[in-house]
Amino acid sequence: MYELFKNLGSWLVSGEQWTGADGIGHRLAEHLQYSLIATLVAAAIALPVGLLIGHTGRGAFVAINLSSFGRALPTVGLVVLVFLASGLSMWPVYIALVALAVPSIVTNTYAGMTAVDPEVRDAARGQGMRAHQVLFQVELPLALPLIMTGLRLALIQVVATATIAAYVSFGGLGRYVFDGLAQRDLVQVLGGAVLVAVVAVVLDLALSGLQRLLFRHRPAALKSA
Amino acid sequence: MTIDWDWIGSHGSDLTTLTLAHLQAALSAVLFGLLISLPLAVLAHRVRALRGFLLGMSNVLFTIPSIAVFVLLLPVSGLTRTTTVIGLTIYTLVVLLRNTVEGLDSVPQKTKEAAKAMGARPMRTLLTVELPLALPVIMAGVRIATVMSISLVSVATYIGDGGLGQLFTDGFQRNFPTPVIVGVVLTLLLALVADALLVVVQRLLTPWARTRTRKA
Repeated sequence: MYELFKNLGSWLVSGEQWTGADGIGHRLAEHLQYSLIATLVAAAIALPVGLLIGHTGRGAFVAINLSSFGRALPTVGLVVLVFLASGLSMWPVYIALVALAVPSIVTNTYAGMTAVDPEVRDAARGQGMRAHQVLFQVELPLALPLIMTGLRLALIQVVATATIAAYVSFGGLGRYVFDGLAQRDLVQVLGGAVLVAVVAVVLDLALSGLQRLLFRHRPAALKSA
Repeated sequence: MTIDWDWIGSHGSDLTTLTLAHLQAALSAVLFGLLISLPLAVLAHRVRALRGFLLGMSNVLFTIPSIAVFVLLLPVSGLTRTTTVIGLTIYTLVVLLRNTVEGLDSVPQKTKEAAKAMGARPMRTLLTVELPLALPVIMAGVRIATVMSISLVSVATYIGDGGLGQLFTDGFQRNFPTPVIVGVVLTLLLALVADALLVVVQRLLTPWARTRTRKA
Protein backbone atom coordinates (compact mmCIF):
# COMPACT_ATOMS: atom_id res chain seq x y z
CA MET A 1 0.00 0.00 0.00
CA TYR A 2 2.85 2.39 0.90
CA GLU A 3 4.62 1.53 -2.36
CA LEU A 4 1.44 2.35 -4.28
CA PHE A 5 1.14 5.80 -2.72
CA LYS A 6 4.82 6.51 -3.35
CA ASN A 7 4.40 5.61 -7.03
CA LEU A 8 1.24 7.70 -7.17
CA GLY A 9 3.12 10.65 -5.72
CA SER A 10 5.90 10.42 -8.27
CA TRP A 11 3.35 9.93 -11.08
CA LEU A 12 1.54 13.12 -10.07
CA VAL A 13 4.64 15.34 -9.76
CA SER A 14 6.87 14.08 -12.56
CA GLY A 15 7.45 16.79 -15.17
CA GLU A 16 7.04 14.61 -18.25
CA GLN A 17 3.66 13.43 -17.01
CA TRP A 18 2.40 17.01 -17.18
CA THR A 19 3.45 17.95 -20.74
CA GLY A 20 2.53 16.82 -24.25
CA ALA A 21 -0.77 15.66 -25.79
CA ASP A 22 -1.04 12.80 -23.26
CA GLY A 23 0.11 15.05 -20.42
CA ILE A 24 -1.94 16.00 -17.39
CA GLY A 25 -1.98 19.66 -18.50
CA HIS A 26 -3.72 18.87 -21.77
CA ARG A 27 -6.08 16.27 -20.26
CA LEU A 28 -7.00 18.72 -17.52
CA ALA A 29 -7.87 21.39 -20.10
CA GLU A 30 -10.03 18.88 -22.01
CA HIS A 31 -11.77 17.80 -18.82
CA LEU A 32 -12.51 21.40 -17.85
CA GLN A 33 -13.76 22.11 -21.37
CA TYR A 34 -16.27 19.21 -21.31
CA SER A 35 -17.42 20.01 -17.78
CA LEU A 36 -17.81 23.77 -18.13
CA ILE A 37 -19.54 23.68 -21.53
CA ALA A 38 -21.94 20.97 -20.35
CA THR A 39 -22.75 22.83 -17.12
CA LEU A 40 -23.24 26.15 -18.95
CA VAL A 41 -25.56 24.56 -21.54
CA ALA A 42 -27.46 22.80 -18.73
CA ALA A 43 -27.78 26.09 -16.82
CA ALA A 44 -29.03 27.87 -19.95
CA ILE A 45 -31.79 25.26 -20.25
CA ALA A 46 -32.55 24.63 -16.58
CA LEU A 47 -32.46 28.13 -15.04
CA PRO A 48 -35.31 29.61 -17.16
CA VAL A 49 -37.38 26.45 -16.66
CA GLY A 50 -36.85 26.46 -12.88
CA LEU A 51 -37.57 30.21 -12.61
CA LEU A 52 -40.72 29.89 -14.71
CA ILE A 53 -42.06 26.96 -12.68
CA GLY A 54 -41.23 28.73 -9.43
CA HIS A 55 -42.69 32.08 -10.54
CA THR A 56 -45.95 30.78 -11.99
CA GLY A 57 -46.31 27.89 -9.54
CA ARG A 58 -47.36 25.76 -12.51
CA GLY A 59 -45.58 22.55 -13.49
CA ALA A 60 -44.16 21.77 -10.05
CA PHE A 61 -45.13 18.15 -10.65
CA VAL A 62 -42.90 18.16 -13.73
CA ALA A 63 -39.95 19.64 -11.81
CA ILE A 64 -40.14 17.06 -9.02
CA ASN A 65 -40.50 14.08 -11.34
CA LEU A 66 -37.87 15.35 -13.73
CA SER A 67 -35.29 15.26 -10.97
CA SER A 68 -36.25 11.72 -10.03
CA PHE A 69 -36.11 10.65 -13.67
CA GLY A 70 -32.75 12.35 -14.21
CA ARG A 71 -31.22 10.56 -11.25
CA ALA A 72 -32.53 7.22 -12.48
CA LEU A 73 -31.13 7.61 -15.99
CA PRO A 74 -27.95 5.50 -16.19
CA THR A 75 -25.24 7.75 -17.66
CA VAL A 76 -23.22 4.87 -19.11
CA GLY A 77 -26.28 3.61 -20.97
CA LEU A 78 -27.12 7.06 -22.28
CA VAL A 79 -23.56 7.65 -23.55
CA VAL A 80 -23.46 4.30 -25.33
CA LEU A 81 -26.92 4.80 -26.79
CA VAL A 82 -26.14 8.24 -28.23
CA PHE A 83 -22.77 6.92 -29.40
CA LEU A 84 -24.42 4.08 -31.34
CA ALA A 85 -26.94 6.53 -32.80
CA SER A 86 -24.59 9.36 -33.75
CA GLY A 87 -21.25 7.65 -34.35
CA LEU A 88 -17.92 9.07 -33.31
CA SER A 89 -18.65 12.64 -32.18
CA MET A 90 -18.76 14.71 -29.01
CA TRP A 91 -22.57 14.46 -28.87
CA PRO A 92 -22.73 11.40 -26.57
CA VAL A 93 -20.53 13.11 -23.98
CA TYR A 94 -22.31 16.45 -24.00
CA ILE A 95 -25.84 15.02 -24.14
CA ALA A 96 -25.16 12.69 -21.21
CA LEU A 97 -23.50 15.41 -19.10
CA VAL A 98 -26.22 17.99 -19.81
CA ALA A 99 -28.91 15.41 -19.00
CA LEU A 100 -27.09 14.77 -15.73
CA ALA A 101 -26.86 18.45 -14.76
CA VAL A 102 -30.30 19.76 -15.76
CA PRO A 103 -32.38 18.07 -13.00
CA SER A 104 -30.19 19.34 -10.11
CA ILE A 105 -30.38 22.91 -11.42
CA VAL A 106 -34.12 22.85 -12.15
CA THR A 107 -35.10 21.40 -8.77
CA ASN A 108 -32.86 23.70 -6.75
CA THR A 109 -33.97 26.79 -8.68
CA TYR A 110 -37.58 25.78 -8.16
CA ALA A 111 -36.92 25.06 -4.47
CA GLY A 112 -35.28 28.48 -4.09
CA MET A 113 -38.26 30.20 -5.71
CA THR A 114 -40.82 28.42 -3.53
CA ALA A 115 -38.79 29.29 -0.42
CA VAL A 116 -39.39 33.01 -1.09
CA ASP A 117 -41.78 34.34 1.56
CA PRO A 118 -45.20 34.84 -0.10
CA GLU A 119 -45.69 38.02 1.94
CA VAL A 120 -42.56 39.52 0.40
CA ARG A 121 -43.93 38.67 -3.03
CA ASP A 122 -47.29 40.24 -2.15
CA ALA A 123 -45.57 43.34 -0.80
CA ALA A 124 -43.64 43.71 -4.06
CA ARG A 125 -46.84 43.39 -6.05
CA GLY A 126 -48.62 45.78 -3.68
CA GLN A 127 -45.97 48.39 -4.41
CA GLY A 128 -46.98 48.19 -8.04
CA MET A 129 -44.13 46.04 -9.37
CA ARG A 130 -44.81 44.24 -12.62
CA ALA A 131 -44.46 40.46 -12.88
CA HIS A 132 -40.99 40.62 -14.43
CA GLN A 133 -39.87 43.15 -11.81
CA VAL A 134 -41.07 40.87 -9.01
CA LEU A 135 -39.22 37.99 -10.64
CA PHE A 136 -35.90 39.72 -11.30
CA GLN A 137 -35.73 42.22 -8.42
CA VAL A 138 -37.33 40.25 -5.60
CA GLU A 139 -37.67 36.52 -6.18
CA LEU A 140 -34.43 35.88 -8.06
CA PRO A 141 -32.13 37.62 -5.55
CA LEU A 142 -33.83 35.83 -2.66
CA ALA A 143 -33.65 32.46 -4.42
CA LEU A 144 -30.03 32.93 -5.46
CA PRO A 145 -28.35 31.00 -2.61
CA LEU A 146 -30.31 27.83 -3.41
CA ILE A 147 -29.84 28.35 -7.15
CA MET A 148 -26.08 28.52 -6.55
CA THR A 149 -26.27 25.31 -4.51
CA GLY A 150 -27.91 23.61 -7.48
CA LEU A 151 -25.23 24.89 -9.86
CA ARG A 152 -22.44 23.69 -7.56
CA LEU A 153 -24.03 20.26 -7.18
CA ALA A 154 -24.46 19.98 -10.94
CA LEU A 155 -20.87 21.02 -11.59
CA ILE A 156 -19.48 18.45 -9.13
CA GLN A 157 -21.55 15.69 -10.71
CA VAL A 158 -20.54 16.74 -14.22
CA VAL A 159 -16.82 16.94 -13.38
CA ALA A 160 -16.90 13.48 -11.76
CA THR A 161 -18.87 12.01 -14.66
CA ALA A 162 -16.92 13.69 -17.50
CA THR A 163 -14.55 10.75 -16.93
CA ILE A 164 -16.91 8.88 -19.22
CA ALA A 165 -15.72 10.82 -22.29
CA ALA A 166 -12.68 8.53 -22.34
CA TYR A 167 -14.96 5.47 -22.61
CA VAL A 168 -16.13 6.63 -26.05
CA SER A 169 -12.53 7.39 -27.10
CA PHE A 170 -12.27 11.06 -26.16
CA GLY A 171 -9.87 12.76 -23.77
CA GLY A 172 -10.15 14.35 -20.36
CA LEU A 173 -8.80 12.98 -17.12
CA GLY A 174 -10.87 9.83 -17.62
CA ARG A 175 -8.23 8.81 -20.18
CA TYR A 176 -5.92 7.83 -17.30
CA VAL A 177 -8.67 5.86 -15.57
CA PHE A 178 -9.69 3.85 -18.63
CA ASP A 179 -6.17 3.44 -20.04
CA GLY A 180 -4.93 2.39 -16.62
CA LEU A 181 -7.79 -0.14 -16.38
CA ALA A 182 -6.91 -1.58 -19.80
CA GLN A 183 -3.19 -1.74 -18.98
CA ARG A 184 -3.75 -3.01 -15.40
CA ASP A 185 -1.81 0.05 -14.24
CA LEU A 186 -3.34 0.92 -10.87
CA VAL A 187 -1.10 3.97 -10.33
CA GLN A 188 -2.42 5.59 -13.49
CA VAL A 189 -6.06 4.85 -12.55
CA LEU A 190 -5.52 6.27 -9.08
CA GLY A 191 -3.76 9.32 -10.50
CA GLY A 192 -6.70 10.05 -12.79
CA ALA A 193 -9.21 9.58 -9.98
CA VAL A 194 -7.29 11.84 -7.60
CA LEU A 195 -7.02 14.57 -10.24
CA VAL A 196 -10.76 14.45 -10.97
CA ALA A 197 -11.60 14.68 -7.28
CA VAL A 198 -9.20 17.62 -6.83
CA VAL A 199 -10.70 19.46 -9.83
CA ALA A 200 -14.23 18.93 -8.47
CA VAL A 201 -13.34 20.17 -4.99
CA VAL A 202 -11.41 23.20 -6.31
CA LEU A 203 -14.25 24.23 -8.64
CA ASP A 204 -16.77 23.82 -5.81
CA LEU A 205 -14.64 26.02 -3.54
CA ALA A 206 -14.27 28.60 -6.34
CA LEU A 207 -18.04 28.75 -6.84
CA SER A 208 -18.70 29.01 -3.12
CA GLY A 209 -16.13 31.85 -2.99
CA LEU A 210 -17.94 33.57 -5.85
CA GLN A 211 -21.22 33.10 -4.01
CA ARG A 212 -19.76 34.75 -0.89
CA LEU A 213 -18.44 37.62 -2.99
CA LEU A 214 -21.85 38.15 -4.60
CA PHE A 215 -23.64 38.20 -1.26
CA ARG A 216 -21.15 40.17 0.81
CA HIS A 217 -23.50 43.18 1.02
CA ARG A 218 -26.36 41.11 2.30
CA PRO A 219 -27.59 40.94 5.86
CA ALA A 220 -26.36 37.76 7.56
CA ALA A 221 -29.88 36.37 7.82
CA LEU A 222 -30.16 36.14 4.04
CA LYS A 223 -26.78 34.55 3.47
CA SER A 224 -27.63 31.32 5.15
CA ALA A 225 -31.04 31.00 3.53
CA MET B 1 -31.72 2.52 -34.68
CA THR B 2 -34.25 -0.27 -34.55
CA ILE B 3 -35.11 -2.60 -31.73
CA ASP B 4 -34.58 -6.29 -32.36
CA TRP B 5 -37.60 -7.75 -30.57
CA ASP B 6 -36.47 -11.33 -31.24
CA TRP B 7 -33.33 -10.68 -29.20
CA ILE B 8 -35.45 -9.57 -26.25
CA GLY B 9 -37.69 -12.62 -26.58
CA SER B 10 -34.80 -15.07 -26.63
CA HIS B 11 -32.97 -13.47 -23.70
CA GLY B 12 -35.80 -13.35 -21.19
CA SER B 13 -34.11 -15.43 -18.49
CA ASP B 14 -30.79 -13.56 -18.88
CA LEU B 15 -32.62 -10.27 -18.44
CA THR B 16 -34.35 -11.56 -15.31
CA THR B 17 -31.01 -12.67 -13.81
CA LEU B 18 -29.37 -9.34 -14.58
CA THR B 19 -32.33 -7.37 -13.21
CA LEU B 20 -32.30 -9.32 -9.96
CA ALA B 21 -28.52 -8.93 -9.58
CA HIS B 22 -28.91 -5.23 -10.30
CA LEU B 23 -31.61 -4.78 -7.69
CA GLN B 24 -29.73 -6.84 -5.10
CA ALA B 25 -26.57 -4.71 -5.44
CA ALA B 26 -28.47 -1.41 -5.24
CA LEU B 27 -30.66 -2.38 -2.28
CA SER B 28 -27.77 -3.86 -0.26
CA ALA B 29 -25.88 -0.61 -0.76
CA VAL B 30 -28.77 1.48 0.56
CA LEU B 31 -29.18 -0.86 3.53
CA PHE B 32 -25.49 -0.70 4.47
CA GLY B 33 -25.52 3.04 3.80
CA LEU B 34 -28.36 3.46 6.31
CA LEU B 35 -26.63 1.27 8.91
CA ILE B 36 -23.50 3.42 8.65
CA SER B 37 -25.06 6.85 8.28
CA LEU B 38 -27.67 6.64 11.07
CA PRO B 39 -25.16 6.51 13.96
CA LEU B 40 -22.87 8.98 12.18
CA ALA B 41 -25.76 11.39 11.64
CA VAL B 42 -26.76 11.22 15.31
CA LEU B 43 -23.14 11.93 16.19
CA ALA B 44 -22.95 14.85 13.75
CA HIS B 45 -26.24 16.20 15.10
CA ARG B 46 -25.20 16.04 18.76
CA VAL B 47 -21.53 16.97 18.49
CA ARG B 48 -21.29 20.25 16.60
CA ALA B 49 -17.54 19.94 16.17
CA LEU B 50 -17.86 16.70 14.20
CA ARG B 51 -20.66 17.96 12.00
CA GLY B 52 -18.60 19.96 9.51
CA PHE B 53 -15.98 17.23 9.34
CA LEU B 54 -18.41 14.36 8.66
CA LEU B 55 -20.50 16.27 6.12
CA GLY B 56 -17.36 17.60 4.42
CA MET B 57 -15.84 14.12 4.21
CA SER B 58 -18.98 12.68 2.62
CA ASN B 59 -18.98 15.54 0.10
CA VAL B 60 -15.40 14.78 -0.91
CA LEU B 61 -16.23 11.07 -1.31
CA PHE B 62 -19.01 12.12 -3.66
CA THR B 63 -16.60 13.92 -6.02
CA ILE B 64 -14.48 10.82 -6.73
CA PRO B 65 -15.65 9.37 -10.05
CA SER B 66 -17.63 6.19 -9.41
CA ILE B 67 -15.54 4.14 -11.83
CA ALA B 68 -12.43 5.15 -9.87
CA VAL B 69 -14.02 4.09 -6.57
CA PHE B 70 -14.67 0.62 -7.95
CA VAL B 71 -11.11 0.37 -9.25
CA LEU B 72 -9.64 1.60 -5.96
CA LEU B 73 -11.47 -1.20 -4.18
CA LEU B 74 -10.09 -3.89 -6.48
CA PRO B 75 -6.94 -4.53 -4.36
CA VAL B 76 -9.20 -4.87 -1.30
CA SER B 77 -12.10 -6.98 -2.49
CA GLY B 78 -11.29 -8.05 -6.05
CA LEU B 79 -13.66 -8.56 -8.98
CA THR B 80 -16.64 -9.44 -6.81
CA ARG B 81 -20.11 -8.32 -5.90
CA THR B 82 -18.62 -7.03 -2.63
CA THR B 83 -16.67 -4.37 -4.54
CA THR B 84 -19.85 -3.18 -6.25
CA VAL B 85 -21.77 -2.97 -2.99
CA ILE B 86 -18.98 -1.16 -1.09
CA GLY B 87 -18.57 1.35 -3.91
CA LEU B 88 -22.30 2.07 -4.09
CA THR B 89 -22.55 2.29 -0.30
CA ILE B 90 -19.93 5.06 -0.31
CA TYR B 91 -22.10 7.00 -2.75
CA THR B 92 -25.28 6.60 -0.73
CA LEU B 93 -23.54 8.00 2.36
CA VAL B 94 -23.48 11.62 1.18
CA VAL B 95 -27.25 11.75 0.62
CA LEU B 96 -28.24 9.62 3.61
CA LEU B 97 -25.96 11.40 6.05
CA ARG B 98 -26.98 14.90 4.96
CA ASN B 99 -30.69 14.14 4.99
CA THR B 100 -30.60 12.36 8.34
CA VAL B 101 -28.75 15.27 9.95
CA GLU B 102 -31.18 17.74 8.38
CA GLY B 103 -34.10 15.61 9.53
CA LEU B 104 -32.82 15.58 13.11
CA ASP B 105 -32.22 19.35 12.89
CA SER B 106 -35.82 19.90 11.82
CA VAL B 107 -37.21 18.48 15.09
CA PRO B 108 -38.42 21.49 17.11
CA GLN B 109 -36.40 22.23 20.25
CA LYS B 110 -39.62 22.50 22.27
CA THR B 111 -40.66 18.97 21.36
CA LYS B 112 -37.33 17.63 22.60
CA GLU B 113 -37.66 19.66 25.79
CA ALA B 114 -41.15 18.28 26.30
CA ALA B 115 -39.81 14.73 25.96
CA LYS B 116 -37.09 15.53 28.46
CA ALA B 117 -39.56 17.07 30.89
CA MET B 118 -41.64 13.91 30.70
CA GLY B 119 -38.59 11.99 31.90
CA ALA B 120 -37.34 10.48 28.64
CA ARG B 121 -33.61 9.79 28.57
CA PRO B 122 -31.59 10.92 25.51
CA MET B 123 -31.70 7.46 23.89
CA ARG B 124 -35.42 7.19 24.33
CA THR B 125 -35.98 10.73 23.04
CA LEU B 126 -33.91 9.83 19.99
CA LEU B 127 -35.76 6.60 19.22
CA THR B 128 -39.33 7.60 20.05
CA VAL B 129 -39.37 11.34 19.34
CA GLU B 130 -36.55 12.59 17.17
CA LEU B 131 -36.19 9.77 14.61
CA PRO B 132 -39.94 9.41 13.94
CA LEU B 133 -40.27 13.18 13.45
CA ALA B 134 -37.18 13.21 11.22
CA LEU B 135 -38.52 10.31 9.17
CA PRO B 136 -40.00 12.28 6.25
CA VAL B 137 -36.64 13.97 5.57
CA ILE B 138 -34.72 10.72 6.14
CA MET B 139 -37.06 8.88 3.78
CA ALA B 140 -36.56 11.58 1.14
CA GLY B 141 -32.85 10.76 1.42
CA VAL B 142 -33.51 7.02 1.19
CA ARG B 143 -35.54 7.57 -1.97
CA ILE B 144 -32.78 9.64 -3.60
CA ALA B 145 -30.11 7.14 -2.52
CA THR B 146 -32.11 4.19 -3.87
CA VAL B 147 -32.78 5.75 -7.25
CA MET B 148 -29.16 6.91 -7.48
CA SER B 149 -27.79 3.46 -6.59
CA ILE B 150 -30.02 1.74 -9.13
CA SER B 151 -28.70 4.06 -11.82
CA LEU B 152 -25.06 3.73 -10.64
CA VAL B 153 -24.89 -0.09 -10.52
CA SER B 154 -24.27 -0.07 -14.27
CA VAL B 155 -20.90 1.66 -13.77
CA ALA B 156 -19.65 -1.52 -12.10
CA THR B 157 -19.83 -3.19 -15.50
CA TYR B 158 -16.21 -2.08 -15.99
CA ILE B 159 -15.15 -4.36 -13.15
CA GLY B 160 -17.12 -7.30 -14.48
CA ASP B 161 -20.30 -6.86 -12.44
CA GLY B 162 -22.92 -4.18 -12.90
CA GLY B 163 -26.20 -6.04 -13.42
CA LEU B 164 -28.04 -4.42 -16.30
CA GLY B 165 -24.92 -2.38 -17.07
CA GLN B 166 -23.49 -5.47 -18.75
CA LEU B 167 -26.05 -4.87 -21.49
CA PHE B 168 -24.40 -1.49 -22.19
CA THR B 169 -20.91 -2.99 -22.65
CA ASP B 170 -22.39 -5.80 -24.70
CA GLY B 171 -24.23 -3.41 -27.02
CA PHE B 172 -21.24 -1.06 -27.25
CA GLN B 173 -18.81 -3.81 -28.20
CA ARG B 174 -21.10 -5.39 -30.79
CA ASN B 175 -22.45 -2.08 -32.12
CA PHE B 176 -25.93 -3.45 -31.37
CA PRO B 177 -28.38 -0.92 -29.80
CA THR B 178 -31.11 -3.32 -28.60
CA PRO B 179 -29.45 -4.44 -25.33
CA VAL B 180 -28.54 -0.84 -24.53
CA ILE B 181 -32.11 0.37 -24.99
CA VAL B 182 -33.45 -2.57 -22.96
CA GLY B 183 -30.88 -1.85 -20.22
CA VAL B 184 -31.78 1.85 -20.00
CA VAL B 185 -35.53 1.13 -19.96
CA LEU B 186 -35.24 -1.61 -17.32
CA THR B 187 -33.03 0.58 -15.12
CA LEU B 188 -35.54 3.44 -15.32
CA LEU B 189 -38.42 1.06 -14.56
CA LEU B 190 -36.61 -0.43 -11.55
CA ALA B 191 -35.89 3.04 -10.20
CA LEU B 192 -39.45 4.29 -10.66
CA VAL B 193 -41.00 1.18 -9.08
CA ALA B 194 -38.56 1.27 -6.13
CA ASP B 195 -39.27 4.97 -5.62
CA ALA B 196 -43.05 4.39 -5.66
CA LEU B 197 -42.72 1.51 -3.17
CA LEU B 198 -40.68 3.72 -0.83
CA VAL B 199 -43.44 6.35 -0.91
CA VAL B 200 -45.85 3.63 0.24
CA VAL B 201 -43.42 2.55 2.99
CA GLN B 202 -43.12 6.15 4.15
CA ARG B 203 -46.90 6.50 4.35
CA LEU B 204 -47.11 3.33 6.41
CA LEU B 205 -44.34 4.47 8.75
CA THR B 206 -45.77 7.94 9.33
CA PRO B 207 -49.51 7.42 9.83
CA TRP B 208 -49.82 10.76 11.62
CA ALA B 209 -48.79 12.64 8.49
CA ARG B 210 -51.58 11.16 6.42
CA THR B 211 -54.29 13.44 7.77
CA ARG B 212 -52.39 16.48 6.54
CA THR B 213 -51.94 17.08 2.85
CA ARG B 214 -48.29 16.84 2.05
CA LYS B 215 -46.30 17.26 -1.10
CA ALA B 216 -43.02 15.43 -1.64
